[in-house]
Amino acid sequence: MTPRRRTPEPYLWLLFTGGGVVAALVLPVVVLLFGVLMPLGVVDWPDAAHLRALAGHGLVRIALAVVVVLCLFHAAHRLRFTSEELLGIGRFDRLIAVVCYGGALAGSIVAVRMMTYMS
Amino acid sequence: MTDSAETPVIRMEVARYRPGEDAEPVFQAYDVPLMDDWAVLDGLTHIKDRLDGSLSFRWSCRMGVCGSCGMTVNGEARLTCGTFLTEYAPGPVRIEPLKGFPVIRDLVVDIDDFLAKLSSVRPWLVREGEEPPLTAEYAQTPEQLEAYKQYSMCINCLLCYSACPVYVLDPDFLGPAAIALAQRYNLDSRDMDDRFDVLNLEDAVWGCTFVGECTKVCPKHVDPAEAIQRYKVSAALRSVLPWSRR
Repeated sequence: MTPRRRTPEPYLWLLFTGGGVVAALVLPVVVLLFGVLMPLGVVDWPDAAHLRALAGHGLVRIALAVVVVLCLFHAAHRLRFTSEELLGIGRFDRLIAVVCYGGALAGSIVAVRMMTYMS
Repeated sequence: MTDSAETPVIRMEVARYRPGEDAEPVFQAYDVPLMDDWAVLDGLTHIKDRLDGSLSFRWSCRMGVCGSCGMTVNGEARLTCGTFLTEYAPGPVRIEPLKGFPVIRDLVVDIDDFLAKLSSVRPWLVREGEEPPLTAEYAQTPEQLEAYKQYSMCINCLLCYSACPVYVLDPDFLGPAAIALAQRYNLDSRDMDDRFDVLNLEDAVWGCTFVGECTKVCPKHVDPAEAIQRYKVSAALRSVLPWSRR
């Protein structure tokens, strides 16, 4: 029997799936509101003070951070496999994985810091 | 049977590879009668019986049960006994061996790699502890049967491997049918294994990028892509919650 080797894939895949679910649920609504309905005048633009007050709430910030972080890891996972398979560079998987997930991690740190210090 | 003058014909371009004779596969064209009730396999049998006895291909049951006659028909992985020549009229139609496997001769491919992978996932009911006597029945409810029945329809025809871009790029990938058959036992209420040691590997379920071609080409309507994604959920949960089994 082959020895049991620990692989990071289950954890990376959970972040990827989580990101997929969140992106599919949240982003279309945001695009519909801010990209279509508000420019068309179907829905009124929220005023800046209202948005600022909303973003000032701790729970809203945590939710925003979760959405951004999961979406970044979703994108990293997709970019990793798409580039490896379309460009035929699967033999550099370790390096590509470090670049993709590293980018997602860096973006996550920036996002969390913004959510923490934004006034 | 003699071919009357009115019988239309269809040209079959068949990949030939004769080890020791051909450096690489070449196409050879044969004109066969285009009959409404002839499958591609009937065309190949006609060639072998009447036109060129040296053509080699695998077949057995002629009715989509044995899984021997999988080939690439006009670029697509198909069971040749269930694919009719009229679909490709007026022709020509190209017959090649299954992609992704070494060719032994003509349309015959080497499937040893798959057989080794299949036995590695323990495709049988694994039981632990005391066994009931051989005469005992192990009854299942219709729901328990439904949980795995779909995956038990697999006939090991290997169309899913041939259609899978991950397998064609990386032959170490465990592949759709072996994982679907592992799930056939994992989801069986009589089985006590979860095959985590052989499925939770980078070349097993985590190699799959959910292209979904395996499910599209399966002639028995097994859904290997779903089987793999379901196991990813089980394996991910088991990795995060190490105390959870199944």
